[in-house]
Amino acid sequence: MTTLPRTRPRRRRLVSRNTVAGWSFILPNFVGFAVFTLLPVVVLFYVAFTNWNVFGVAEWTGTANFRRMWDDSSFWTALRNTVYYTVFHIPLTLAAALGLALLLNRKLRGVRFFRTVAFFPYITSIVAIAIVWNQLFSPEYGPINALLGAVGVDDAPGWTTSSTWSMPSVIIVGTWRYMGYYMLLFLAGLQTIPAQLYEAAETDGASAWQRFVHVTVPGLRHTTFFVTVLLTIESFKVFDLILVMTGGGPGQSTLVLSQYIYQKGFEENQFGYASAVSIVLFAICFGITVIQFMVNKRRNS
Amino acid sequence: MTATDLSLPTPAVAAPGNRSAPGRQARSRGWRLVGYAALVLAAAGLLLPFYWMVVASLKTNSDVFTIPITWLPDPVVWRNYLDIWQRSDMTTWLGNTLLLSVLVSFLQVVTGSFAAYGFARVRFPGRNALFLAYVGTIAVPWQSYMIPQFILMSKLQLSNTLWSIVALQAFGAFGVFLMKQFYETIPEELSESARVDGLSEFGIYRRIMLPLSRPALASLALLTFVTTWNDYLGPLVYLRSPELRTIQLGLNTFISQYNAEYALIMTGSVLSVLPVAVIFLLGQRYFIEGIATTGLKG
Repeated sequence: MTTLPRTRPRRRRLVSRNTVAGWSFILPNFVGFAVFTLLPVVVLFYVAFTNWNVFGVAEWTGTANFRRMWDDSSFWTALRNTVYYTVFHIPLTLAAALGLALLLNRKLRGVRFFRTVAFFPYITSIVAIAIVWNQLFSPEYGPINALLGAVGVDDAPGWTTSSTWSMPSVIIVGTWRYMGYYMLLFLAGLQTIPAQLYEAAETDGASAWQRFVHVTVPGLRHTTFFVTVLLTIESFKVFDLILVMTGGGPGQSTLVLSQYIYQKGFEENQFGYASAVSIVLFAICFGITVIQFMVNKRRNS
Repeated sequence: MTATDLSLPTPAVAAPGNRSAPGRQARSRGWRLVGYAALVLAAAGLLLPFYWMVVASLKTNSDVFTIPITWLPDPVVWRNYLDIWQRSDMTTWLGNTLLLSVLVSFLQVVTGSFAAYGFARVRFPGRNALFLAYVGTIAVPWQSYMIPQFILMSKLQLSNTLWSIVALQAFGAFGVFLMKQFYETIPEELSESARVDGLSEFGIYRRIMLPLSRPALASLALLTFVTTWNDYLGPLVYLRSPELRTIQLGLNTFISQYNAEYALIMTGSVLSVLPVAVIFLLGQRYFIEGIATTGLKG
């Protein structure tokens, strides 16, 4: 009875002291984070409902931007192309990264060297990568078509100069760049699978494929989930690689959502309309991540 | 397999072991060879663009594209590496980029590790909600809020200054996330006993956590440095004056200006990649650990 009134103020003092301490640690970073990330995200939902232009004169226009978007064929092209990129980039990168990780998880000579090599594209700038690949893809004199010609392909594709092949070109380069990064995540995941599981499976006479399906795949569940979330966001926001490689062309064959936002916003100064398109990108990335988390949670329980 | 074992005649108790051992060895040697072949092939595919970049930068311009392709420069032309300094503002671009990368890395490491300590070790109301806001932004691509961010930066008179890039890169959620993951691996008892000894929270951070987290700090610094060095979109949106251009922005204006100077373009690319390549090769361990830390727990 006598202790209660004494501990309560002490507890409260501790809480308030901790609050001051906690906030003073977080504050220096939080100020920058709030002003340059959180605030813009909030403001986005205001600007998208206005006709904000370069002079900063904004009128509330309600859903006008979204109604305009509905009839905007360029917007739908950009959305379709983004989905095109995503649908191929995710499974290709996932397969390549997992394949490389499985290969590197074995006791082979030169594994360390190879890990360095595989990670190298990821730390190289997009601009340099796009420039080199454009030379490699050069339809008439480039080494890729020369190699294709050497193995007997007569009508080699025009790659970035052809509207049918421009998107596959970009997907190839995107996969090439990111597979090393996701390989590292898979490697880290593989190392958490206990070796005894493999040994037990082997004494039970499981084949390599059965071991993969029944030990490796379940053991990598969490990693695969996380990689898929990251890959989804990364695919939907694809921009700089395409901007430098093809500029969205030829025609609109590689125009993606991010680039359309950039065009409308920074080239045509239609900040309001560009923000409305941004909300679509935001909703897709955020929505898919939330759905993926929910599905993962249900599968776990 | 068990089925075949059972069907074998009785004296075969030792035989399957004897028979299968060399068979298995041969098979595993075969797999090993397949593994090596796959590794070599993949490495060739991964390295080809870099090989092309270096080789083309050492050729004369007319030798870059030939039929058949020349895989070795003949003659080796070092001139490109002299010419590029005269024909472009490479010095300005590299200077700006170096300044930005160092400043951003420093700020990110300081504010990120500081905030991470608050999230990892100090209990106060609202902490989890706040951290969720940080983590949530990882699912929000910059491209989706670059427009309102640009409006804000312009209002703050930051656009078209190097400060805009600092503001853009230095306070990201990534650093907080990475450092928090690391701090949580340090046993709580360590800070608890320091608290009993009368050390303040700041003292614990400075005297105990910082020295222990040196590898994580190195990971964060290197990853931030490389991200800032390689960033193209931020400078594209914010830096309009030619004297503010970073290496990525400069390189891209250079290729649109001299689009037929294939060899020189490759020289520029090599120079833009070189600093990052050196840093990566020296600090590879930190890159890999940093990525594995953030990747493991999600």
